[in-house]
Amino acid sequence: MTDRGKDRFTKKVYARPKSLVDVKSHFCPGCHHGIAHRILAETIDHFGLREQTVGVACVGCAVFLYDYIDVDVAEAPHGRAPAVATGVKRAQPDKFVFTYQGDGDLAAIGTSEVIHAANRGENITVLFVNNTTYGMTGGQMAPTTMLGQKTSTSPYGRDFRKDGYPIKMAELLATLEGTAYSARVATSTPAQIRKAKEAVKKAFEMQIKEMGFSIVEFLSTCPTNWGMKPLDAQKRVLGEMSEYFPLGVYKERKQADFL
Amino acid sequence: MNVAARVEQRVFMKGNEAICVGAIAAGCRFYYGYPITPQNDIPEYMSAHLPTIGGTFLQAESEVATINFILGTSASGKRVMTSSSGPGISLMQEGLSYMAGSELPAVVVNISRSGPGLGGIAPSQGDYFQAVKCGGHGGYRMPVLAPHSVQEMYSLAMLAFDLADKYRNPAMILGDAIVGQMKEPFTQTPYVPTVSQEKPWALTGCAGRPRQHVKSLYLKDNAIEVHNWKLHRKYLKMQEEEVRYEDYHLDGAKIAVVAFGTAARVSKTAIQWARREGIAAGMLRPITLFPFPGAQLEEIAKRVDVLLVIEMNTGQMLEDVKASTTFHDKIRFLGKPCAMPTPEEIHGELRKLAGRGR
Amino acid sequence: MTTDVIMAGFGGQGILMIGNLLSIAAMEEGRHVTYFPAYGVEMRGGTANCTVVLSDEEIGSPVVGRPRACVVMNGPSLDRYLPAIREGGDLVINRSLVDPAKVGRKDLRLLAIPANDIAREVVGSQQLASMVALGAYVQRTGAVRMQTLFDCLPKVISKKYEKFIPLNVNALKEGESFARNHA
Ligand SMILES: Cc1ncc(C[n+]2csc(CCOP(=O)(O)OP(=O)(O)O)c2C)c(N)n1
Ligand code: SF4
Repeated sequence: MTDRGKDRFTKKVYARPKSLVDVKSHFCPGCHHGIAHRILAETIDHFGLREQTVGVACVGCAVFLYDYIDVDVAEAPHGRAPAVATGVKRAQPDKFVFTYQGDGDLAAIGTSEVIHAANRGENITVLFVNNTTYGMTGGQMAPTTMLGQKTSTSPYGRDFRKDGYPIKMAELLATLEGTAYSARVATSTPAQIRKAKEAVKKAFEMQIKEMGFSIVEFLSTCPTNWGMKPLDAQKRVLGEMSEYFPLGVYKERKQADFL
Repeated sequence: MNVAARVEQRVFMKGNEAICVGAIAAGCRFYYGYPITPQNDIPEYMSAHLPTIGGTFLQAESEVATINFILGTSASGKRVMTSSSGPGISLMQEGLSYMAGSELPAVVVNISRSGPGLGGIAPSQGDYFQAVKCGGHGGYRMPVLAPHSVQEMYSLAMLAFDLADKYRNPAMILGDAIVGQMKEPFTQTPYVPTVSQEKPWALTGCAGRPRQHVKSLYLKDNAIEVHNWKLHRKYLKMQEEEVRYEDYHLDGAKIAVVAFGTAARVSKTAIQWARREGIAAGMLRPITLFPFPGAQLEEIAKRVDVLLVIEMNTGQMLEDVKASTTFHDKIRFLGKPCAMPTPEEIHGELRKLAGRGR
Repeated sequence: MTTDVIMAGFGGQGILMIGNLLSIAAMEEGRHVTYFPAYGVEMRGGTANCTVVLSDEEIGSPVVGRPRACVVMNGPSLDRYLPAIREGGDLVINRSLVDPAKVGRKDLRLLAIPANDIAREVVGSQQLASMVALGAYVQRTGAVRMQTLFDCLPKVISKKYEKFIPLNVNALKEGESFARNHA
């Protein structure tokens, strides 16, 4: 091998964020939970918050958050993470408090908790991972499941006449006064990942500046329960999913409006 | 024995699916639920099959919503079922209390997992107290059935609907991941109704009759007290009429195992082994946990030297055993919280109690 | 007679399918049988396993701590189950993916079958590696009759894939003859 070739292989282009624990993850191949975890860890590092952070893990494939992110983490009952985070933040307003939730967790059983946390302008940050299904329990229909999508509890495809429509949480939460920031991102291309990181930074800033509730919705994959190869799963996110769930910033409070 | 004929009728299915087959055979056409391991096969089966026979499957946004869907369909006079596990059953407790108070029938299946909290998905019998003593507020009871085979998942599902209707009360099936996830052959015996399914109390619109209500609020005078005594008489009647248990080699037994569900299933192997060695072991297997076969237990306690209570928890049914007999010095306990005891362990215990060395 | 086996490998290798086939065959032969699959979070990360117990009498536990036999289709499953197999038990490993040198234990009756290679090169579909392994296991242990397995294939293969039944029969037969020649 020539020296130049060797260089190419030894040059450091990526390092594990300090807040990301160096263990093998349990996520399936092609799952985007891992990417969201990394962005979360990088942002914690970016703001130097590792030692001032309390995370709240949801019930779902991300329940093992405490194994991966090197910060204090509380586990909440299914759907109740925003309520638990409220309790933490009210007791310790100087801490950085986030929740990390799936779409079954946040958009089904936990709708009430997230809406009221947002409406109170609770100064917390929510990372919301939308993979249009219940991953942990084996691919059942979620409120975010696309019309016509077959899941283990919608074997004939989701039908709006029976199960309604895929719920758009980023838009919905943006309508609430208490929400300071609401955006939807994806992590299927390097460019998207950069944008996602910007959004998460913004969301963190809102909390740091005490501007209120912030949420970033990630369009994610679940190759295992979609019955797809990882690459096809990427294509689904870039295609039909981002068509129905448009990426973008739905609300961004400026300091001026706030004061 | 005519093997061919017997083989013909057997079907090979998961316990969770056998519950669905039994429920549908018993006329259940409504199922609501929310995903949770290890019972997902039930909503998955129902979502595939109910629509093909004119039934309704609906996935709720939570178990709180689920149990209230159930309340509404039950108040409409229909047979309806839900299933869940630990945390989900906890969320249903308020609704169950309302249903008991409003005297509404329904079948609730708990394929329980280990707790407390998020616990784990390992099989467990840690929900005995919650099921048998009833975890909701106000003091109520419900029949609790404990299947130990796929055959019973099927037949007890049918029975649960009849008990629920007979007493206008929720009935529960308490299983675990083992009986839920395992497959084995079972025979699809036909459903023979034991109760009338007429529900004159159902809310169907008051055409041609005075309006009627389904409710649990009793504010006037001592109405709630009267209502409580009425419910109490119902629970007494359950205790008089509904006790079910299996007598497994109890005749002449000196050691009686007392176990239900999966723990009983595993105990059978150990008892077979012990009996081959000449140890007089048998088992009282409660099939109804409420009503508990207390009188039978006391009868057996008189005859045997040892009552070995085996549970996949740290001792819950044990309290009902103690309450049923005065022979407390005969009681021994083998507890395996959140794990299945192995036949080897139970066999070892039986040998020890019989005075045989290991 | 009572016998039991744990089958384990990657998700998608058809582990649960061969477990089902074996169980249904035992049922058809009029015996008692239980089948217990891995479920829930155990399936994350892409592993699959199941336990089958066959007996002439009523079966107690459907879960087995110390199996009499194991069919191991990938490396991680060997690490997990090797120590559990009973003294003198049967071990069938998929030599295409599992290194026989890793077995170590001398007390076992080991059969190392290149199931993927046989499935791909002889049967014509790598998908059928588990079927090949099942054929070998059944030849080795006599758990059920080979013919019953063939007869029961339509019960585990959906109508849509009916046309692959002969291929599955071939896979079972190839496994069987490999085991016979390596007895
Ligand atoms: C009260 C209650 N009900 C149900 C469950 C079972 N459960 C565990 S995770 C989960 C949903 C997971 O889906 P999602 O939130 O979309 O996250 P993902 O696994 O897809 O990341 C459910 C229903 C539970 N733990 N508690
Ligand atoms: S089941 Fe789906 S969401 Fe869960 S780890 Fe696997 S791919 Fe990710």
